Amino acid sequence: MAELTTYREAVSEGLAREMRRDPSVVCLGEDIGAAEGVFKTTTGLFAEFGPERIWDTPISEQAIVGAAMGAAMTGLRPVAEIMFSDFFACCYDYLANEIPKVRYMTGGQVTVPLVVRTANGGGLGFGAQHSQAVENWVFTVPGLKIAAPSTPADVVGLMASAVRSDDPVIFFEHKGLFGTKGETAPPNHVVPLGEASVVRPGNDVTLVALASTVKTALSAADQLAGEDISVEVVDLRCLVPLDAKTVLASVARTSHLVLVEENPYQGGWGATVASIVADEGFELLDAPIRRVAAECVPLPFADALEDAVIPTVDKVIDAVRRLAAF
Amino acid sequence: MTVSTNESVTVDASRLLDWYEQMALIRQTEKAAYDLFMSGAVKGTTHLAAGHEAVAVGTSAALRDDDYVFATYRGHHHAIARGAAPVECLAELMSKATGLCAAKGGSMHLTKADKGMLGSYAIVGSHLPIAAGAAWSAKLRGTEQIAVAFFGDGATNIGAFHEALNLAAVWKLPVLFVCENNFYMEYTPIASVTSVPNPAADRASAHGLPASIINGNDVVEVHDAMKLAVDRARAGDGPTVIEAQTYRHYGHSRTDPAKYRPADEVERWMQRDPLLITRNRLTELGIEAADIEAADARAAKAVQAAVEEAKNAPSPDPATAFTDVWADGGAAWRN
Repeated sequence: MAELTTYREAVSEGLAREMRRDPSVVCLGEDIGAAEGVFKTTTGLFAEFGPERIWDTPISEQAIVGAAMGAAMTGLRPVAEIMFSDFFACCYDYLANEIPKVRYMTGGQVTVPLVVRTANGGGLGFGAQHSQAVENWVFTVPGLKIAAPSTPADVVGLMASAVRSDDPVIFFEHKGLFGTKGETAPPNHVVPLGEASVVRPGNDVTLVALASTVKTALSAADQLAGEDISVEVVDLRCLVPLDAKTVLASVARTSHLVLVEENPYQGGWGATVASIVADEGFELLDAPIRRVAAECVPLPFADALEDAVIPTVDKVIDAVRRLAAF
Repeated sequence: MTVSTNESVTVDASRLLDWYEQMALIRQTEKAAYDLFMSGAVKGTTHLAAGHEAVAVGTSAALRDDDYVFATYRGHHHAIARGAAPVECLAELMSKATGLCAAKGGSMHLTKADKGMLGSYAIVGSHLPIAAGAAWSAKLRGTEQIAVAFFGDGATNIGAFHEALNLAAVWKLPVLFVCENNFYMEYTPIASVTSVPNPAADRASAHGLPASIINGNDVVEVHDAMKLAVDRARAGDGPTVIEAQTYRHYGHSRTDPAKYRPADEVERWMQRDPLLITRNRLTELGIEAADIEAADARAAKAVQAAVEEAKNAPSPDPATAFTDVWADGGAAWRN
């Protein structure tokens, strides 16, 4: 049996591998040094690489991401941590106006090879300002690449691609997955940006998922197998570049599509994927496209309330059953 | 023939004449930009830097060629002071393919990266943390380069200003924070919306940083103040805040006639025109009027030629709207 590791450990491992490989990789963020991160996702880095490469910052999200941008424009490969993805709102100017645009609006004079890592998503009862899935906040901005791994091996493989990318990459680590285990990434493991993965083949319905919703989709698929509904699960792994081909190819096999997304239904990434499939794969479909997304309210605190808002296995099963019976 | 402005710095007459010509080149370029805008050849908006020339030229003279400069949307003077040709700037303003940014940036985003001029940023205050990051990078790479962030008085009331100063102070970064205080935040007197009289300098001590307030219209005074701050930064002693007092000759942007500024105030500052101050210094140093006029004539001729060349330059191929989003030169976001 293959060696297992946690998603949390994979973050540190992915960063350490890149830092060993390339001395221009430096990390900055709040509590990432001796404290090893509030989610313990930078464990061992300060001990191995020291204060010249692991920089503790003040609570200054604009300074963190802005400084990372300036460093990236001048020869480093910074990896900035924003502790909770909700705090993207505190430095959104850099994510929306500066980092994605500076190469373009200078006519290609500069590049911005940086990674902004962040803990994203709900399910842990942190309330409305520490639980949001905000991948759609950055998905609205042309000029950012977006990765959101669902397994420890993908964390390491996508981190390698993100750090090596000459383009800015927003790297979503899901809070609800930190404690989950999976196979340890083999040496030199690299997962290219923009390649979705069919993580469970099936014939009847395609579930397209991302990060935590991959786990949700797989659980739903397991249960639906008992009802003789064969579900294919596609892990997008990245929103930009978006692997629309893999999604369309899956829909060509199943003719039914459900998008499972943790960000809100209003403006969620599933709307863009649905529009691509409607535009380019309409004749492949035997039923309408369905979206299981977060409800359009702020994230509530109590478990019972939070479950009512975010996608759950039961909600996915319900959507698939209805679609299979369409 | 030298004038000593403090114990450590002297400027010789031929160098000062060169600075004068650079300032004249900027002034002529801004005049041309204004005329082209009024004639409809420049679309969108412009924020002209006529009146601010000494800040750009005096600072640039104190820098190494490989140092980094970050400017604001009022940044034409910094692009030219760091080596951008007027024709590249004017072509950019006129939406020509030969513009500095291939006509993708426009007046507010002039950039000359191969000269270390790493951009003009149009979100007020945003580039101060970016400049701090470039300084951090220089420090980590051990290159002894420094970074300069130029910003207006209005930027001092924005969060990014304070985040950048604190981070730069804590990390002792080789960065200069240079406020071009022209006393107006767009159309509003800065004094009426700011808690302290000197918007940048008075905030420096809150972040443990040294500051100076200088006459930003005197290129020699600017150079000398910058030289001290540059040496300090290069020696590893950290950032300095410099508040250079200056004044716009045009309105905030586009066709703003700046009628909110009292006539006597405008007149007072016109007497302190940076070109006038430098002409007087040159005369004191014994430079002949004919030599100064020759510098003015060269600048005027160069800009005139630049205007003609920019007018005749080709428009961008629409296909280039889809280049250079990504480092590979493309714009593909999906397969």
